[in-house]
Amino acid sequence: MGRKLLLEKAQVEGIRNYDVYRREGGYRSVEKAFKEMSPDQITDEVKKSGLRGRGGAGFPAGMKWSFIAKPEGVPRHLVCNADESEPGTFKDRFLMEFIPHLLIEGLIVSSYALGSHLTYIYIRGEYSWIIDILETAIGEAKSNGWLGENILGTGFNLEIYIHRGAGAYICGEETALLESLEGKRGLPRIKPPFPAVKGVWDRPTVVNNVETLAAVVPIILMGGEEYAKIGVGKSTGTKLISACGNINKPGVYEIDMTISVEDFIYSDEYCGGIANGKKLKACIPGGSSVPILPANLLLKTAKGEKRIMNYESLSDGGFAKGSMMGSGGFIVLDEDQCVVKHTYTLARFYRHESCGQCSPCREGTGWMEKILKNIETGKGKMSDIDLLWDIQRRIEGNTICPLGDAAAWPVAAAIRHFRDEFEWHILNPEESQIRNYGLAHYADPLEPAVAAV
Amino acid sequence: MTNIFSPEKLARVKELISHYPEGKQKSAILPVLHLAQDNSGGWLSTETMDYVAELLHILPVEVYEVATFYSMYNMKPVGKYVFEVCQTGPCMINGSDEIIQYIQDTLNIKVGETSSDGLFTLKTVECLGACGYAPMMQLGKFYREHLTKEKVDAIIAECRKISAANN
Ligand SMILES: Cc1cc2nc3c(=O)[nH]c(=O)nc-3n(C[C@H](O)[C@H](O)[C@H](O)COP(=O)(O)O)c2cc1C
Ligand code: SF4
Ligand code: FES
Repeated sequence: MGRKLLLEKAQVEGIRNYDVYRREGGYRSVEKAFKEMSPDQITDEVKKSGLRGRGGAGFPAGMKWSFIAKPEGVPRHLVCNADESEPGTFKDRFLMEFIPHLLIEGLIVSSYALGSHLTYIYIRGEYSWIIDILETAIGEAKSNGWLGENILGTGFNLEIYIHRGAGAYICGEETALLESLEGKRGLPRIKPPFPAVKGVWDRPTVVNNVETLAAVVPIILMGGEEYAKIGVGKSTGTKLISACGNINKPGVYEIDMTISVEDFIYSDEYCGGIANGKKLKACIPGGSSVPILPANLLLKTAKGEKRIMNYESLSDGGFAKGSMMGSGGFIVLDEDQCVVKHTYTLARFYRHESCGQCSPCREGTGWMEKILKNIETGKGKMSDIDLLWDIQRRIEGNTICPLGDAAAWPVAAAIRHFRDEFEWHILNPEESQIRNYGLAHYADPLEPAVAAV
Repeated sequence: MTNIFSPEKLARVKELISHYPEGKQKSAILPVLHLAQDNSGGWLSTETMDYVAELLHILPVEVYEVATFYSMYNMKPVGKYVFEVCQTGPCMINGSDEIIQYIQDTLNIKVGETSSDGLFTLKTVECLGACGYAPMMQLGKFYREHLTKEKVDAIIAECRKISAANN
């Protein structure tokens, strides 16, 4: 049984209510932080914990906090990123839905550390019932003295408000999110300046993911050093993984980052194996933007070692032979799935979500969708594969925000590892409409100890 | 200006504006548009958007710009019940295509259309953060997950029943 720090109490009956949450030890981190620690000490503990941002990029949270500018007389803000729209990702929703006070508690401590008196939760508009849950939790926290004026007699004031989005994946990108919070279209800004210097309304702003801010609670309670002892290397603490696709037990799991990918997929404690007795074909381990891997590269690293569910191991081998932890959206494809079709749905997603500011992204995502649709529906040409490769290369690295890369990588990885499946589609336009390419050789053992390219 | 909102709704707008610093009332545009859309049959007419602009003391064009950017705002009338079925990869591998087809056949409408009785609109949407409970759709405020043909039938019957009871 892995160690749980965030979801341990999520199943306690009535934990959504303040009284139960408090009885179970809730809000102790606020007491500890406000009574025993200075804002800088809190930031230090978060630094020591090694906590990496859980929204996808994995940037060290404590370091981000220490970058926040503190110009005299200018208010600072903390914004919680609850936009959660990366396909395969539904962990933040789970946390907010089942244990909302944990997020509120984390927000209070984090706001105190950063000096934010006005903190926002930017939540995707579709999660409307969760907004009600959070609003209730905020109301309860306030009436019990954890929010409002002069919290715990420290003189610290704080309000937390929910800002409801309205359907735009791009608003999860932090600068687009800030534009949206200002009441504008979600067009990413050019960085620098970074939000920590000029964020919402030109004020210094820290944007962190829901899970990142919730993790501040156990960090304060146990201390950064203790937290850092969980996990390995730079993958400290626990991570929420939302698992979906062709598995027996889809859902949200909290793992400590020492479990192998194989155990995560096949053990009864987690995914419970591939559904319907099928075989594993491929997996996108960290949300739709990260590279898809065939079964053989997924379970073992380029060095032939067992692949572990953590930042380092998932990215071992680079993009040639590895993937990424990303947002923890774990998408499993069984032997009956078509990689071409799956990639096409992702390309359509990115085309739909491109904000249109940069031409490589705007035009490139449209072309990729079109070409993939042609291949999928039996109208592709052999030259289309190289054309796709070429288009994704031209997007990657040539755009204002990382959505361009996020659109390019899934296509690149699909071609890199599943080229023969694309070719089969093109060479067998009729057959590919009635059956799938299947498992092919994707689960075959690889030659061990191949150096990463 | 003719008031589209009731006094209660206007009070809510005032409250929403108070969530943002002085002079930053434009920030309330997304939540106020949600309120406006819910208030006017699930879509935003030019008149409604102009009204929102007046409430927030901004130009109408600032509202149009924003409203057309975000996919949750409907720019044309929709049915009383909008089925928003997710079609992205993780839902697709769990059978969203068949669900979309089944709804089209059952209601005799295509994606983007509204049934002739004005009750149902079918939309396809991209990942709604319910990938582990696929296939799924959003219906009003809530998600309907683990969809099957039988569940779709039951949801349609449920909508018809509620609508008949309210008439
Ligand atoms: C296109 C795009 C979408 C993103 N969506 C999200 C999201 O939904 N939630 C999130 O927390 N971070 C998202 N991010 C990452 C944010 O830009 C930012 O890095 C993150 O919120 C920082 O928080 P963290 O350091 O705690 O992870 C997205 C980034 C990009 C480029
Ligand atoms: S990369 Fe795409 S989404 Fe990002 S700013 Fe450019 S056009 Fe917009
Ligand atoms: S892919 Fe349908 S909810 Fe995520």
